[in-house]
Amino acid sequence: MASKQITPTRMELTRLKKKLATATRGHKLLKDKRDELMRQFLDKVRENKRLRERVEAGIQAANKNFLLARAGMQDQVLNTALLAPKQRVSVESEVENVMSVEIPKFTFQTRSPDENDIFSYGFAFTSSDLDGAVQSLADVFPDMLALAECEKGCQLMAVEIEKTRRRVNALEHVMIPELQENIKYISMKLDENERSTQIRLMKVKDMMLQEAHGYETF
Amino acid sequence: MYKIAVLGDRDSIYGFAALGLEVFPVAGPEEGARALRNLCEQEYAVVYITEALSAQLGPELERCRENLLPAVIPIPGVHSNTGMGIQMVKRSVEQAVGSDIIFNEK
Repeated sequence: MASKQITPTRMELTRLKKKLATATRGHKLLKDKRDELMRQFLDKVRENKRLRERVEAGIQAANKNFLLARAGMQDQVLNTALLAPKQRVSVESEVENVMSVEIPKFTFQTRSPDENDIFSYGFAFTSSDLDGAVQSLADVFPDMLALAECEKGCQLMAVEIEKTRRRVNALEHVMIPELQENIKYISMKLDENERSTQIRLMKVKDMMLQEAHGYETF
Repeated sequence: MYKIAVLGDRDSIYGFAALGLEVFPVAGPEEGARALRNLCEQEYAVVYITEALSAQLGPELERCRENLLPAVIPIPGVHSNTGMGIQMVKRSVEQAVGSDIIFNEK
């Protein structure tokens, strides 16, 4: 493109050719990266959708149970029952590298070894609905954790895919055509210079011959 | 070692306390925003947040979106399912692909 000032020299031409080779290679690599990221992203996002539907249904069912439990109990009793949780969940987070995107991987541990040790109250003063409600929430919890991992992964991958896509497009539609245009411009200019030098030399030769021997060559 | 937090109105989240998650009942969006900011700075790997609250915390959620941790995950509250969680997944797809090809395929 002639919009930018470029110096038509051999050095510049070599530089641009090198740049073009790098850009083409980068474009190919980024395109591969984008395709692979996209494939993995689509798998993950389908999983995400499935998990989310399951978790939402599970939580809604649990909420219904809790509502029932609340209806059958006094607020104070309920508060006391859930005041001091017996169980405690902690999460170990590792970082997994998927095509240079870092996504977290969670493993959770419960404080007491028995995962079903979730009832933090004596059963004497609470309604049995509460037991069911807590249990239904506990059932959906592993899915919730999987959902957290999956959804975060999806978000991070989406950001990376967007970036990569922009880079690929910038290389494909801006960088590479511009470089090719510039290379063409320089090589044309150099050819033109060479031709004009050639003609000048021929002309000078003719003039010298005419001067020396009186030849008429044209 | 990270912890898990649940953020939202009290009625929607008190049950999670029994599972050993840490619950943070908040009343309004300002309080919620403050709580979320605090949680982001502490050792929390996952923050579950009710959809009703997360709908009011747009900019705060955006900020958390690109960080590795915590993962802020909307969950339905006791009142209604606003579809906000699915919306977030849709947004991811749109961001990555350019148009929504997962949820339209039915």
